[in-house]
Amino acid sequence: MEWLSLDLLPPLLKGFKITLLLTLVSIIVALFCAFLSGLARISRFAWLRSLAAAYVEVFRGTSLLVQLFWIYFALPMLLNIQLSALTAAVLALGLNYGAYGSEVVRSSVLSVPRGQIEATIALNMTAYQRMRRVILPQAWSMMLPGFGNLQIELLKGTSLVYLITLADLTYQGMMLRSYDLSRTGAVFAWLLILYFIAAYVFTLIVRFAEKRAAAGRG
Amino acid sequence: MWDWEYVEYILPRLLEVIPTALAAALAGFALACLLGLPIALARRSRSKWIAIPMTAVTEFIRSTPLLIQLFVLVFVFPLSFGLTLSPFVAGVIGLGVHYSTYLSEVYRSGIEAVPKGQWEASVALNFGKVHTWTRIVLPQSIPPTVPVMGNYLITMFKETPTLSAITVAELLMTAKILGSASFKYVEAFTLVGVIFFLLSYPSALLVRMLERWMQRSERSTTIR
Repeated sequence: MEWLSLDLLPPLLKGFKITLLLTLVSIIVALFCAFLSGLARISRFAWLRSLAAAYVEVFRGTSLLVQLFWIYFALPMLLNIQLSALTAAVLALGLNYGAYGSEVVRSSVLSVPRGQIEATIALNMTAYQRMRRVILPQAWSMMLPGFGNLQIELLKGTSLVYLITLADLTYQGMMLRSYDLSRTGAVFAWLLILYFIAAYVFTLIVRFAEKRAAAGRG
Repeated sequence: MWDWEYVEYILPRLLEVIPTALAAALAGFALACLLGLPIALARRSRSKWIAIPMTAVTEFIRSTPLLIQLFVLVFVFPLSFGLTLSPFVAGVIGLGVHYSTYLSEVYRSGIEAVPKGQWEASVALNFGKVHTWTRIVLPQSIPPTVPVMGNYLITMFKETPTLSAITVAELLMTAKILGSASFKYVEAFTLVGVIFFLLSYPSALLVRMLERWMQRSERSTTIR
């Protein structure tokens, strides 16, 4: 058997590009949702806190694939709109991992020492300055390990979009397999290796960011 | 828009498959618990011939998608090794092996939380290796990890819809079949979401309560 023959690679790389693009866009959406809801959960306003808590519990309490199917099949019927598979995938991945990330944001911001906040009050900083200059830079370095784990989960989660027929890495692999069933083993070996490489590269990026965030702090 | 009569028609059919999803999650969890401990022990083995390959394999399983691993079990195994598994069995093995790599980390954290003095005490008392582990280290390292384990059980339950890809008739698969027969996806998929929420959210609250209770009892014992 020809394991890992290179002629399988070009079509798989086409899908790999979609997977990477989907991962990147979803990470941006997820980060946005995480910060928005994480900060809302420690807001002064009770209605904002409960709204954010409801979002987080609903998305953490149901599974990603169910959300993906709901957004792709049910939501367009409900609102009478057209939704491309890519949009549905970004929405589901971004909202789902945003909910998990929200906990990371909330707990990191809360674990910034109380004295830091008192110091900003003593220095007469505005609420915006306090967040931007003092709390977030310190919370950010605490968030990174949590975000690092979540982004690997998100990358793995992108394989589910194959089930709503988005032409990602998994989809291309399944197509190749259907052309020639005898090469099933080789196709899946490539899929596993490509996902592993992607996960490893994303891990290195987060580690680099962790080092930079830790620079100059004791 | 929302058809209650249709809900009444499909709800019993969805409730019927909840046991399948629960059974897959529980069996997968049992397998993961069983495999997680030897993995954790092998990864901290003093022999690098055991520790390094085990670390490599678990990191590989952790960073690749469960979906692909399930496909390997149902498509590659029959072809390459002549081993044909039923979808349910393949699903349980896939879930179990994938999450055993997560649970091994939980065991590891539990083992590392045992104070160094406990190891020294068992040396001082002339305990053998087996007795040190079974009488001193494991009884102290496993109970504190119970809430985390509970969270993983809930996570695995929420992962069961992935098994629909290898034709295990769980909730999502059933909803898709029912929905495609009538084009009423809104009701079918919303119900699946509601069922998942109603089962997993109360369980998550229970685990949180257990966690708080254990923290409190730990604090009171250390004060004493």
